[in-house]
Amino acid sequence: MTPLLKLTGMTKVYPSVIANDGIDLEVHPGQIHAVLGENGAGKSTLMKIIYGVAEPDSGTIEWQGTPVTIRNPAHARSLGIGMVFQHFSLFETLTVAENIALAVEGSVADLTKRIEAAADRYGLDVRADARVKALSVGERQRVEILRCILQDPKLIIMDEPTSVLSPQSIAQLFETLKALAAEGYGILFISHKLDEIRALCDTATVLRHGKVTGRVDPREETSRSLARMMIGRDLPQARHGAVDTVGEERLGLFGLDFTPEDPFAVALKDVSMEVRAGEIVGIAGVSGNGQDALTRLISGEERLDAAQSEWVQIDREPVGHLGPARRRRLGLHFVPEERLGRGAVPAHTLSENALLTGHGSGLSKRGFLNFGAMKRFAGSTIDDFDVRCGGSASAAQSLSGGNLQKYIVGREIALKPKVLLISQPTWGVDVGAAAVIRQRLIDLRDEGVAVLVVSEELEELFEIADRLHVMFRGRLSPSVRTAQTDIEHIGLAMTGDFDHMSVEEPVPATADEAGAPGVVGAHG
Amino acid sequence: MARYRLEARTERSAAAPFLVTGMAILLTLVAGSGLFLIYGKSPVAGFTAFFIEPLQSAYGIGEVLLKMGPLLLIAQGLAIGFRARIWNIGAEGQLILGAIAASVLAIYFDGSTSWLLLPAMVVAAMLAGMAWAGIAAWLRNSFNANEILVTFMLSSIALQLLYYLVTGPLRDPMGFNFPQSITFSPAATFPLLIEGTRVNVSLLLAFVATVLAWIYMQRSLPGYKLVVGGLAPQAALYAGFSDKRAVWVGLLIGGAAAGIAGVGEVAGPLGMLQRNISPGYGYAAIIVAFLGGLHPIGIVFSSALMALIYVGGDFARLSVGLPSAVTTIFQGLLLTFYLASALFLQYRLRRVDARPPVQAAAAEGAG
Repeated sequence: MTPLLKLTGMTKVYPSVIANDGIDLEVHPGQIHAVLGENGAGKSTLMKIIYGVAEPDSGTIEWQGTPVTIRNPAHARSLGIGMVFQHFSLFETLTVAENIALAVEGSVADLTKRIEAAADRYGLDVRADARVKALSVGERQRVEILRCILQDPKLIIMDEPTSVLSPQSIAQLFETLKALAAEGYGILFISHKLDEIRALCDTATVLRHGKVTGRVDPREETSRSLARMMIGRDLPQARHGAVDTVGEERLGLFGLDFTPEDPFAVALKDVSMEVRAGEIVGIAGVSGNGQDALTRLISGEERLDAAQSEWVQIDREPVGHLGPARRRRLGLHFVPEERLGRGAVPAHTLSENALLTGHGSGLSKRGFLNFGAMKRFAGSTIDDFDVRCGGSASAAQSLSGGNLQKYIVGREIALKPKVLLISQPTWGVDVGAAAVIRQRLIDLRDEGVAVLVVSEELEELFEIADRLHVMFRGRLSPSVRTAQTDIEHIGLAMTGDFDHMSVEEPVPATADEAGAPGVVGAHG
Repeated sequence: MARYRLEARTERSAAAPFLVTGMAILLTLVAGSGLFLIYGKSPVAGFTAFFIEPLQSAYGIGEVLLKMGPLLLIAQGLAIGFRARIWNIGAEGQLILGAIAASVLAIYFDGSTSWLLLPAMVVAAMLAGMAWAGIAAWLRNSFNANEILVTFMLSSIALQLLYYLVTGPLRDPMGFNFPQSITFSPAATFPLLIEGTRVNVSLLLAFVATVLAWIYMQRSLPGYKLVVGGLAPQAALYAGFSDKRAVWVGLLIGGAAAGIAGVGEVAGPLGMLQRNISPGYGYAAIIVAFLGGLHPIGIVFSSALMALIYVGGDFARLSVGLPSAVTTIFQGLLLTFYLASALFLQYRLRRVDARPPVQAAAAEGAG
């Protein structure tokens, strides 16, 4: 049978790196083919070549048995290659339907019906008349997926599509993808989530440093063996330290109500929680349920009126009316989910980016920049977190997503937080770097820091968090001890069913009980 | 057939900003040659008059330095705002307000010999320029009014205010109804810096401003905060750098510089307040700031170039007989070519070899 797509000896050399080194790949109709690899392994470059964005230096592409040169994405689409990108290309001021109308033929009214039908069928919950501006990252990705599906492709490339979906939606998407495959569509599924690949894909091509290191049936592999092919060694395991002391309340929210200016954004209703010294609290939930407003209200990027300042407290001091710099001085540090442009200034060097949050911590003196201190700070963060870059003078935008995340996390940790809020700590980060980041969060907890993690990755939260809340449509569930619940229950809560989320005393007061997680039965 | 397409650059070379400026100048010279030919003049004679003759005499050099002063000063102030993406295009109006404020002092204390008068005029001019720019900052922060429109319209108001004052309250009563003030006394004018030219001490203020701008933008924390606000507003919010403060700082610094440039004119070559204070320095300084890459050192060179174009225009009118509009045209060409060239800071042109397109039918047929 003729393969849908056949790549032979695909090679792409960039000035500083060989991104693809003689890669062979075949995708057959009806196949769900995983391309697996760490960040920087060459997955993105390969997809860019297939989609006509990058030109290979050598190698041949055959599309349905005919050699082709894919000139540009429009050409790729006309051949029947569709792509769902990791980075979105949507116009913020247009509605979902208008955005899709730019790529798919048909009137907006007609498309609205098709969008709703497709959204319903594939469980991609998004309103066709909502403005993209008001959508969360997760919702935007659903729009991208819808836009691709409506273009009726033969081969669908999905670049890490599941990172923002709830477990239930992932299962639903997988059903969709399997149905599409059964109808003869070919699917290229790029991911580094090993269990997903094992559940979904029938073939996997593993890349490392631009070369193919494995061509396997993932259903017959373990996550461990796939990971070894991917990173060339065994994964470091995050380990929980013994929680022997859970201390004072560091961060507290008390009946927080908040209505964003944007009418489409989710309002927060009566959100209460606390994070104590020496514990990691996780907030699970599909993005777009109010996490963005919540993190901004905690970080100070969004401020409350002075009358409501008591709704947010650091060390029992009302801070709701203070800006981020003042809260940072009180010991609250924050790693936002957007790295480029929010957590770091893209065009600035790493040492200049150290100044962004470190300007109050000795990197400037009497209003003047201390270049020596900035360079030392950046250098030690780079060493400490093994950030792969050209040194402290590299521009933030020259780093891969995972390395920049390591740098930002390292920067905030080096600034000695009392409370660390971290949003999507390992989103788009390769498994090796993710393990490092998680371990450092656990170390931080053991040192007595209060850590609050907002994440969509349940496995991650179960791995590191001591207690979990779930966020749904602006409401926050009571917390439940991680050791006393499981993924199914949390998944249920992510659809709004908080009933089983226990309202027990959130934190054990004694060291005795605190040592319990992992010992207590898995079901609450 | 070869096709070309724009591709985003992944990295930028350090030389790129210089290449862009060089390219803009080169293209201006080429287009200028065409312009001279249209007028039936030899480009060589035209350019000699424009760029060589002014530099061949002490008088010419003096005139270039005289015009360089206000351009340098204003552009340094504007560039700081521009780095923060605060678009103050009303420096002309802020200059006029500065000139008016200084003139009020000079006229009120006419005959005074106090050495304090001139510094007081400089401070008054600075404050007046800041106040005029501050209106735009206040409107932007309170009502989100676009500072481009507000500063621009305030320039028109400033001009009308000037016309009113020189034909009314500040007119020289003994001046035969000419729309101008009395001639300022020596204590209210800048001493000459170079004998035999019109260059005065106010040029030094421009160089002091350059040093201050360099320290502020390259070495200080407040300058860094401003730049972050311009480059990545979300990052500035995350870091806790106030955007409202950036609007105030960006506009007030520009207004202060333009105001001081205003006193440099009325207490300098003019020696009085009159209807025509500035040959468009406030607008030309916008070009100067961008041409200098918004960098304090680059602006020194771009202001010298722009001053040369001003003076060269006069020389070309006298010796070659080109119309005076040529100066404005050159400024416009320079800005246009700069903006066009600046595109290549972010993008590069890549030749895409056209290859035989794959027949869609063939692909379809194989399916």
